[in-house]
Amino acid sequence: MATDRSTKDSPPSGGGENGQEVVPAFVAMHDDPRFQLLKRKLFRFVLPASITFLAWYLLYVLMSAFGRDVMGVVLFGSVNVALVFGILQFASTFGIAVLYTMYARKNLDPLAAELRGEIEGGRKGAAE
Amino acid sequence: MISLAQEAVNESGRLVTIVLFSLMVAATLGITVWAGRNTRSATDFHSGGRGFSPLQNGLAIGSDYMSAASFLGIAGMIALFGYDGFLYSIGFLVAWLVALLLVAELLRNSGRYTMGDVLSYRMQQRPVRTAASVSTLVVSIFYLLAQMVGAGALIALLLGIQEGETFLGMDAATAKIVGIVVVGLLMTVYVTFGGMKGTTWVQIIKAIILMAGAALLTVLTLALYGFNLGALMSDAAAASGQEGFLEPGLRYGVEVAGDPLQTMWNKLDLISLGMALVLGTAGLPHILIRFYTVPDSQSARKSVNWGIGLIGVFYLMTLVLGFGAAALVGHEAIRAQDAAGNTAAPQLAQTVGEQIGGSMAGAVLLAIIASAAFAAILSTVAGLVIASSSSLAHDFYNSVLRGGKATGAEEVRVAKIAALCVGVVSILLAVFAQNLNVAFLVSLAFAMAASANLPTLLLSLFWKRFNTTGALAGIYGGLISAVGLVFFSPVVSGSETALFPGADFAWFPLPNPALVSVPISVLCAVVGTLMSKEQDSGKFMMLQVRALTGAGAEKAADH
Repeated sequence: MATDRSTKDSPPSGGGENGQEVVPAFVAMHDDPRFQLLKRKLFRFVLPASITFLAWYLLYVLMSAFGRDVMGVVLFGSVNVALVFGILQFASTFGIAVLYTMYARKNLDPLAAELRGEIEGGRKGAAE
Repeated sequence: MISLAQEAVNESGRLVTIVLFSLMVAATLGITVWAGRNTRSATDFHSGGRGFSPLQNGLAIGSDYMSAASFLGIAGMIALFGYDGFLYSIGFLVAWLVALLLVAELLRNSGRYTMGDVLSYRMQQRPVRTAASVSTLVVSIFYLLAQMVGAGALIALLLGIQEGETFLGMDAATAKIVGIVVVGLLMTVYVTFGGMKGTTWVQIIKAIILMAGAALLTVLTLALYGFNLGALMSDAAAASGQEGFLEPGLRYGVEVAGDPLQTMWNKLDLISLGMALVLGTAGLPHILIRFYTVPDSQSARKSVNWGIGLIGVFYLMTLVLGFGAAALVGHEAIRAQDAAGNTAAPQLAQTVGEQIGGSMAGAVLLAIIASAAFAAILSTVAGLVIASSSSLAHDFYNSVLRGGKATGAEEVRVAKIAALCVGVVSILLAVFAQNLNVAFLVSLAFAMAASANLPTLLLSLFWKRFNTTGALAGIYGGLISAVGLVFFSPVVSGSETALFPGADFAWFPLPNPALVSVPISVLCAVVGTLMSKEQDSGKFMMLQVRALTGAGAEKAADH
């Protein structure tokens, strides 16, 4: 449905003088409710996750700069709050990476593949 | 006082080091020749044919990132300042979440060879690609200088050439220059003959050498303490002779007694540094182009995950190595060899080897770690050269000068010439910049990437109204404010440790500019955008559909 013959001579990867040619199939897809859903699903994870890890890291740096009394409290042996806080930054980085990968695989990849197939199938049909 | 026996061990140690260095160089040159035979198209040269697996690319990402500055520099910082070195490495790691969540997949889907592809997607090609190329070159050359200056000093130190000593007729100063020239020639050869394919394979092998070397030394160090990390840490704290070795504050955000203003600046500088580290990574051109070497965006995601895993484990090992050096080598011995602590890890290798198997074992372990460090330098500089030459050839030559009409073969030829020029220029600059502080150059490169590149990249991908004027204002505003603020900071003048200690034109109190230059860049981008009427919704929709679905994304080469 969303095909356009004019696309065959100007693949979207072309970077001519005027930049990327606008391909109607892509623009049409932007207003497709499924694409809007994909976009919402991406933002629904990426925005809160980014705000969380940036705030969590900022808290760590602020504590390192201004909260040294707390950071220096020894928990056991030679382990203090600062060390645990630092290790937790490692843990949260690994954790968010794993969570995002699982989320993307389940919620983003199938939908992206479906839409991609539709656009490219249409384009191929037009080009061949 | 060095005894004759000690002298003989030094000599044989150097021999082992040189043999290992030479083996590594021969092996990597072999790979380069092989990869060069398989490099035909522009896609092969710029992006290694896009056929690398996520694990391979993850290793190469680690290799690009775990430069000598982060391996030797962070281990040394932990050895001398304890906790603050660890704090530094955390910024380097957390930064990868920005790349994973906001940049890697979208860039892979919408770009072709360079960062400029994505920045200029919706904009007027010539001005934006010129800006992208300028910013790529400036950031990469600063980073390159840091690595090469470090390489020169390290080679002199790793071969054990001290002030006043000579080796093969070279004194320490000559050895430094020879080190810079050798590293510069090797990186130019890797890139010119092997392209991205050769560079990536060199990086994969070096990541393995570096991880294996660091793991070996970590296990041996822990073994000396019966795998009791707590004992190692309390020993390190005791041997450091400093209060609060296991707490933040010895290196960054230092509290100056009786000077609350300076204390405040120091603490703000720590926050500024944290910001540069976290926001800089996803704006480093040589990191960004790695995402183009895999077949699709899912592979780009997986390769970032591999990278995060490798880099995270590596920094945890660095923590053990740094504490190990503090405990076993000792503060005085480390500072005596290199005031910045860059040789703490190699010194630890020698000490641990000696304690386990005598002086010969010490020499061998030192040689292994020295080679791993040398590998780290070579793979990072090669990545920087290819980022610069691809941007010069693809963004500047093809798109700006030739209006996008150059063939792939022409682009590759220009890229090779560009690699040669970047190599020669950086060798010359590094020889003259030998006395610059390596850590300062690295943090400046991160601050520039965080200011000039990341805000513009994100606005391009996510802000509909964004346009050419905004992109230019963001890139140049970020770049100029970062460089300008550093120029008027205590790093350049007005303090004893400044570049020009005699002069004083410093009015900006923070050595790291990111806290101010990143907001300036965002402000410039927004104001610039609103001042121009240009807005292309069609291209924005096209870019978003392409970035999110992967439709129309560049495919892997067939062969």
